[in-house]
Amino acid sequence: MPKKIVAMRVNGRPVEEAVEPRTLLVHFLREQCQLTGTHIGCDTSHCGACTVDVDGQSVKSCTHLAVQCEGSEIRTVEGLAQAGVLHAVQEGFYREHGLQCGFCTPGMLMRAYRFLQDCPDPTEAEVRAGMSGNLCRCTGYQNIVKAVLHAARLLRQAEDATAKAAA
Amino acid sequence: MIPPSFDYHAPRSVDEALGLLAQLGGEAKLLAGGHSLLPMMKLRFAQPEALIDLNRIPELRGIREEDGLVRIGAMTTENELIDSALLRERVPLLPEAARLIADPQVRNRGTIGGDLAHGDPGNDHPALAMALDAEFVLQGPAGERRVKAVDFFHGTYMTALAEDEILTAILVPPLPPGTGYAYHKLKRKTGDWATAGAAVVLRMDGPTVSHAAIGLTNVAPTALRVPQAEAALAGQPLEDGVLDAVEAAVRDACDPAEDLRGDVDYKTAMAAQMARRAVLAAAERCH
Repeated sequence: MPKKIVAMRVNGRPVEEAVEPRTLLVHFLREQCQLTGTHIGCDTSHCGACTVDVDGQSVKSCTHLAVQCEGSEIRTVEGLAQAGVLHAVQEGFYREHGLQCGFCTPGMLMRAYRFLQDCPDPTEAEVRAGMSGNLCRCTGYQNIVKAVLHAARLLRQAEDATAKAAA
Repeated sequence: MIPPSFDYHAPRSVDEALGLLAQLGGEAKLLAGGHSLLPMMKLRFAQPEALIDLNRIPELRGIREEDGLVRIGAMTTENELIDSALLRERVPLLPEAARLIADPQVRNRGTIGGDLAHGDPGNDHPALAMALDAEFVLQGPAGERRVKAVDFFHGTYMTALAEDEILTAILVPPLPPGTGYAYHKLKRKTGDWATAGAAVVLRMDGPTVSHAAIGLTNVAPTALRVPQAEAALAGQPLEDGVLDAVEAAVRDACDPAEDLRGDVDYKTAMAAQMARRAVLAAAERCH
């Protein structure tokens, strides 16, 4: 099948590549963009390890075609830390030991990144519902929930500080 | 797993999509959210030569009131159903039930039209649409036709949708004030299909039932409406004997396939239990 040219932005950088229509977004990111932080877990849209941000929404990239991303804004786990400073969700997972083997972590981080923008001051129950599309085979859910709540506090503190500085 | 090769089209209008369908015929499949179709293609259960992606057609999205009905564009996602203030007011069963479908990420992609047109008895919208007396708008080369939800599903993965047609919208009558509703779905975990599910729309006239609609999920080759169970409720108070009759009618209607979620007896018993609970939960909301 002839390849199609697809142009998008990945972690703020413009990317233009020729892809087969059947190329899944996760393979495109890992193999053509060399961004291997996004993991392939179940490959059936259940586990969430491949979660990335597409146009401001969490998407399971194993069940999304690269050709569908024409003009899209993509963020992957590689796009979280800025200038060597961990993003609040990464800091939260680090402080609260929100990972064991680490395989699910990129998907957990990307889901938490979007969830906390949609729901900045979540209850524990809201975190569990918001993160319910991500599975951890180590079953380390208690600390993952704590990590997301920790990140929520960090993000709110940063926002308060910004607001105060502006006042 | 990577799907087999296919050509990809992303039309910008329903007319353009219909033109592609006419030209490509049975070799093409319509791509909605892709969370059923792409996994089936990975497993080679489906090997279309072309995909016609409906995601870039704005006229297929959105929820609005029109001629006394709520019109839901077929490409409206589950999360858009959940977030719709209009639905929460007019058809609150849909946003509530959509929360029980899949998981947050999948609900960003999965659409109500895709859920219906796929014809999978495990999908949740068919039983909901039946209980809500919804109609579907099917657009083809000769124009538009409407099909009632109860007439749309012909068998597992088989529907009234012709090869050259697109499901463009779902029309739902708003629930009159005082209508109770509930969707009870037994599932093993987040994201699972129902072991058995029951959608109920109910109105009471004092202590007795004046209207009941019951739809069942995943306990037969298609979703089911259960008129015998509804008849058992009509004009009756919600007493144990009446509810037992509802359960018996639901059990009679069930014809589930045995799978890892349970055997035939278990699924049948759970369907009856979901229906009983949904009737009681809906009644609590009738006021």
